[in-house]
Amino acid sequence: MITVDLDATEVRELNHRLHHLPADTNERLWRVVNPRGKHALLAGLDRPVAVTIEGHVGYYCAGMNQEAEVIIDGHAGVGVAENIMSGTVRVRGNASQAAAASGQGGLVVIEGDASARCGISMKGVDIVVGGSVGHMSAFMAQTGRLVVCGDAGADLGDSLYEAAIYVQGAVAGLGADCEEQPMTDADRAAVADLLARAGLPGDPARFRRYGSARRLYHFHVDHADQY
Amino acid sequence: MTTGTPPLRPSATFPPETIHEIQRAAAEGIYEIRGFGTKRRLPSFDDLVLLGASISRYPLEGYRERCATDVVIGSRFAKKPLHLKIPITIAGMSFGALSATAKTALGRAATAMGTSTTTGDGGMTDEERAASETLVYQVLPSRYGLNPNDLRRADAIEVVVGQGAKPGGGGMLLGQKITERVAGMRRLPAGIDQRSACRHPDWTGPDDLAIKIQELREITDWEKPIYVKVAAARPRYDVQLSVKSGADAIVLDGMQGGTGATQDVFIEHVGIPTLPALREAVEALQELDMHRKVPLIISGGIRSGADVAKALAMGADAVSIGSAALVALDCNRPIHLADYAALGTAPGYCHHCQTGRCPVGIATQDPALEARLDVEAAARRVRNYLSTMVLEAQTLARACGKSHLHNLEPEDLAALTIEAAAMAGVPLAGTGWIPGR
Repeated sequence: MITVDLDATEVRELNHRLHHLPADTNERLWRVVNPRGKHALLAGLDRPVAVTIEGHVGYYCAGMNQEAEVIIDGHAGVGVAENIMSGTVRVRGNASQAAAASGQGGLVVIEGDASARCGISMKGVDIVVGGSVGHMSAFMAQTGRLVVCGDAGADLGDSLYEAAIYVQGAVAGLGADCEEQPMTDADRAAVADLLARAGLPGDPARFRRYGSARRLYHFHVDHADQY
Repeated sequence: MTTGTPPLRPSATFPPETIHEIQRAAAEGIYEIRGFGTKRRLPSFDDLVLLGASISRYPLEGYRERCATDVVIGSRFAKKPLHLKIPITIAGMSFGALSATAKTALGRAATAMGTSTTTGDGGMTDEERAASETLVYQVLPSRYGLNPNDLRRADAIEVVVGQGAKPGGGGMLLGQKITERVAGMRRLPAGIDQRSACRHPDWTGPDDLAIKIQELREITDWEKPIYVKVAAARPRYDVQLSVKSGADAIVLDGMQGGTGATQDVFIEHVGIPTLPALREAVEALQELDMHRKVPLIISGGIRSGADVAKALAMGADAVSIGSAALVALDCNRPIHLADYAALGTAPGYCHHCQTGRCPVGIATQDPALEARLDVEAAARRVRNYLSTMVLEAQTLARACGKSHLHNLEPEDLAALTIEAAAMAGVPLAGTGWIPGR
């Protein structure tokens, strides 16, 4: 295991080093200490390395991640794992706004709560939140799955496309064109699988599914009052 | 004694087009969505003239003495700034709104002229990357097609905050242009209207933007110049906040800037013209002592070498063209007349990009229409057009005694109208008067 102390190393130096690992590198296990809320930590990783950050991180940690497995043993600032392509990003604590925004693949696990706009504009990522999510989560979400073990704030799934949202707790309110839909066996299996991959407890039978009513897929003046 | 029928008296308040629009709205209950840009008369570079040299100024010899045209963009923070041979770039236009053929032709023309072209909403295509030696990759609010591999294979990155045709507005690519390929790049179902967001999903405000730019720099190892593109609404604030956020360059798009599909009411009534926006932007940079340190690229209604020369004289470092490049490709050319008629329009008037039925194969995803654009010939036309613009700008600069286009200055300009004098901050011709000063 390689340990990098961010009290002695610049973020730029760490990121550059990780970006330029050879494809067949043996340096696959990394530990980062003293992050102290720094921004853009581990942004743009594109190797199958495993990195654990011991402490809290600032904005855009693990942004656009590919292949890497990142664990944040602390809380995460705005936009953790934004636009993630593949791999796994796990936040042991809570995540601020726009977690996994526009994520296109991979798995993001937030063991605590996620703030507003979790999964905004998501494009294929799977997100599992152990706690609750804030308002406007999955806003304009396109594809992918958002699993919320706790509650969801107001305007969940506003202007949703084809993403699926599963919530175990209470939903404060649904956004435009988002509706509750029947939980099928396939949905329950998907939730069970995602919970297992996330390593989080939960009873798939207690989850409810939310998806797009598809009334806004084509702009029509008769729907204008729904916006 | 009067005789005969009195002449018809049109109403200035209700001219025929206004009557038609009211009655269309009454019938359909929805605003008009269209492409192209503003159609109303606005103060523009046409309202300025250049003051050629005479006794008090010394001109350079045309066809003999050198007038350089190159520009460096991105040397503020990026390890690999761009060195463009000409100060005219091709603006961002999406694959989706435009055909792959049109994007390829623009890339080849830009490459031939030593300048850059720009992706658009929907991401980067392999054809566009291959055709463009210098390609600027847009990071837009929709994040359609955004990925780190394309960030790294781009030559520069442009964070798009706004577009001159619709400051504060997002976009809508209507379902008829959403083919399987376009849908796949955007990760949405084919055939549905695709909303492009008006706000970025993971940042709000200048403090966040600075961190967003930092993230993009980290992902690309601080190699790529990062532009911020803003629409002309409050350019003084936006330019200064872009500088504060760490931009290597600023793209400012005036209200004459084009669009693939936007509400007509937005195109014609939101934002300010390119002329006053440019002056405000230059002043904003000067206030920060960043003029000529953070390059300013102006766009929105640039059509000729005269526009280029005047924009540079006002303080821009480069210009960007969109609609004009499409016109050079073939937009609104009088061919395939029946197809224009089928859209209810005619060459010279067409703004029907949103329909996907572009008669000349530019703003379409229909393979049969797209095939009408011969990519080699189209690239040659845009190259010729760019070359002409450069020659025109050089001619005017030499006449003002300048050995580089960037040596043009406000002192080389006069305004033909009071409005233009006030907006551009140059004296009304024949006077020393700049309104407001």
